[in-house]
Amino acid sequence: MATATDGGGFDLDSLASKIDYRRFQECIHCGLCTASCPTYVETGDENDSPRGRIYLMRSVRDGRLGLSDPVREHLNLCLDCRACESACPSGVQYGKLIEPFKVALQDSAPAGQRPSLLQRLILTQLFPYARRVKLALQPARILQKYGVLDWFEKKGLTNLLPPTLRRLQAMLPPLAPVQPPPLPEVLPPVGPKRARVALFLGCVADAMYPETNAATARVLQHNGCEVVIPENQNCCGAIHYHSGYEEPAIQLARANMEMFNPDDFDAIIINAAGCGAMFKDYTHLLPHADHELAAKFVSKVKDISEFLMSLGPIKPTNELDRTVVYHDACHLCHGQQIRNQPRQLLGMIPGLKLAPLEESEICCGAAGTYNLTQPEMSERLGRRKMDRIEQTGASIVATGNVGCILQIARKVKERGLEIKVEHPIDLLDRAYGDVPEQASN
Amino acid sequence: MSAPATTPAAAEPDFVQLLNDGLLAKFIEAVGEENVLWRRDELVVYECDGYVIAKNSPDVVIFPTTRDQLVATIKICHEAGVPFVPRGAGTSLAGGALSVGGGVMITLTRMKSILEINLRDRYAVVEPGVVNVWLTRALAGSGFHYAPDPSSQGACTLGGNVATNSGGPHTLKYGVTVNHVKGVELVLPDGSTLVTGGVVEDAPGYDLTGLIVGHEGTFGIVSRVIVNLARDPEAGRTFLGVFDSVDAATETVSGIIAAGIVPAALEMLDNLMIRAVEQAFGFGFPTEAGAVLIIEIDGLEAGLERESHAVAEIVRQNGGEVQKSIAWRTRKEPEYVAIWKSRKSAFGAIGRLSPTFCTQDGVVPRTKLPHILRFITATGEKYGLRIANVFHAGDGNIHPILLFDERDPDQVKQVLLASHEILEECVNVGGSVTGEHGIGVEKMEFMPKLFTPEDLSAMETIRNTFNPEGNCSPSKMLPMGGGCIEKKSPGHHASA
Repeated sequence: MATATDGGGFDLDSLASKIDYRRFQECIHCGLCTASCPTYVETGDENDSPRGRIYLMRSVRDGRLGLSDPVREHLNLCLDCRACESACPSGVQYGKLIEPFKVALQDSAPAGQRPSLLQRLILTQLFPYARRVKLALQPARILQKYGVLDWFEKKGLTNLLPPTLRRLQAMLPPLAPVQPPPLPEVLPPVGPKRARVALFLGCVADAMYPETNAATARVLQHNGCEVVIPENQNCCGAIHYHSGYEEPAIQLARANMEMFNPDDFDAIIINAAGCGAMFKDYTHLLPHADHELAAKFVSKVKDISEFLMSLGPIKPTNELDRTVVYHDACHLCHGQQIRNQPRQLLGMIPGLKLAPLEESEICCGAAGTYNLTQPEMSERLGRRKMDRIEQTGASIVATGNVGCILQIARKVKERGLEIKVEHPIDLLDRAYGDVPEQASN
Repeated sequence: MSAPATTPAAAEPDFVQLLNDGLLAKFIEAVGEENVLWRRDELVVYECDGYVIAKNSPDVVIFPTTRDQLVATIKICHEAGVPFVPRGAGTSLAGGALSVGGGVMITLTRMKSILEINLRDRYAVVEPGVVNVWLTRALAGSGFHYAPDPSSQGACTLGGNVATNSGGPHTLKYGVTVNHVKGVELVLPDGSTLVTGGVVEDAPGYDLTGLIVGHEGTFGIVSRVIVNLARDPEAGRTFLGVFDSVDAATETVSGIIAAGIVPAALEMLDNLMIRAVEQAFGFGFPTEAGAVLIIEIDGLEAGLERESHAVAEIVRQNGGEVQKSIAWRTRKEPEYVAIWKSRKSAFGAIGRLSPTFCTQDGVVPRTKLPHILRFITATGEKYGLRIANVFHAGDGNIHPILLFDERDPDQVKQVLLASHEILEECVNVGGSVTGEHGIGVEKMEFMPKLFTPEDLSAMETIRNTFNPEGNCSPSKMLPMGGGCIEKKSPGHHASA
């Protein structure tokens, strides 16, 4: 028998209280999940597979194993991409097992393995606040404008930054020289009004790619929607929740449910997969007393592609004579089971050739903050994704999540390729031809 | 001989000692530290495969990344005289990838290259760790595919398919793994290499390839496989036949075959199974039906219409109704994918009905299907167990799934007894105890019922020719045991 290895201090009882033991038993150990798991297809080690991780977690729960170094390594390597949930015939809710474990891992991490102060500040104090991100990007914006950042990079001066900032810097997309003005609070529909919708802007996405939010609003208007964009929006709470800070996530959820009153809108539209998946998970996040309101709220939450396809999208007329591949963001395909709608929207664009992308459902390695916490595996998955993309000869990669866009765009830049990485809505927007001059490229 | 089921820790220090005395260093030198697992906490996940009744942890896991590393690993085992067992994706339902007695586990998941695809000569050369469906994906759009499609094809490896001679729904028309393997390269237990068959048809001499396919790891470890590529059919039709009773469905199976129709696949799901699958995938199966048949025909478009009518007529004659008819040109059409996903993931969907289950894999002559299913129902009633059925009806390959709660020792006992009775009845009516999952450790006790001592002795002689010291996959398939290396017994722990 394997004996429990001392795994340092962690509170087994508290961990056990957060997990219904039946969740473990739902796994019947068939192994059909393994080849869907990005880390397992990379390492081939069953400790890095969903079935293996469930086995490890169950062994910890049963007191057979402690949270020893090897156990920590394998559990921390999980992307939480949920590809295994899509693959699992038995309906195992893997997220409900790994997430309490991630919290326990973080709470009990040995001193050397805790996230650095800088990482924690970025995760909890910067990313969730669009205005702060915009402010923080100001220096980069100016340096980019005068070509200084490129020069720094060429001279290797960016290597002087702490590793976390260096990776963030490498991911920076070309920023508009001046932060565009905020969108007005209400935008009228083009033609007869078909729906009244609210638009959620997100935090990192809004700071880095404000033009995608503008494009989303235009596309909605073009499809006859009155678009309401409340001022002073909050974070969806995903960054806190997935980093193990549950309480602030709950507060953000309550604030969002108040700001986006489901009774006022036909739909609450989100264009970032990660935020959409978090919104749709509010019923699980919030305590039981809030469930009724949360369920009502969740029923109105729609990804932009999901909403447009259910509304019946207006056919675009501008031609886009390019070969495009679509990469499935984990939080769309596994988190929300949305696969066809974005492809259908792209397929409507005249001239656009949608090439199949092998392994389109394997994570690109961005996975929220994973690229900061597990840079090595993130790199491997980024390379794997790029190899598949390059095989297709496509000149545009379309994907519905800001994290994926940043990650793939960085790999494109590293390889010196001429491939654009965009949100499908940016392409649709151009095909509608409503783009104002200064925003088009 | 088989050791009694005792606490398996007794002999453990011996192997740990061996590892510490230089064996581990040799492995690390041969394959690199990143390709060896030896920390106790990392071995636990390797203590069982898809068959969770028997568990035993290996003492060290090696991941060779090349053929040379595989050879080096096996040579080290041979020189040290230690037992070793291969493992692919660990999806065996019969304990095929279980490390009986501990020792070295050689995992092939890092040898995962498709080395060559030759469409004009219709073959591919693959390493053993290639996942079955990866090959089919690599062939997408070429007009060819790899025919054997076990239900676990999304996860299981081709090396494992060769070891167990895997089947799948489409084997009824296209044949099983052995019909699609043209040659193999086998690393023998002493580290030497044997190459059989080749890319051309009909190699002279003994058909060693045929002998090696299905060896369950007892001859050595396959390092390369040359597989046949099959032409995609021009078109096909997939029907969902709905019946009031299992009897009517099984009579239909016999009727279709008797009419001279060779369906590409012919699968049955009973009511319990239909409900589980429907809950999992929402395909649109009628949850009130007693049984459904998935009937697939394929070939030249020109003949399909007539065959479709014939199938529908036979379904009708047996009191059933064709409720869905999917006409397809490629196997990628969404409705086609959906119905097969439902069928192929059926075992997993059982997790929604019961915390634990035990799948059996018996075969009976097709005409005995109605009898054996009635027998299964009666056995379930006798032991107070729920039994779901989903199986390759066309082959007479049944898969009764016995539902139970592992925490109740009485139920565990009932399940073992009921399984045994069902399999014995399969043998009694002229069938066998495994259609495709292999013997592994699960079915070893049945071998003497299926074969005479002379038959078994002939098999042992063959095994000993390849594996004279019995160190490769000891205590698998043949009940004689593999010499005196058995340090531990898996026992019958009934926990998942």
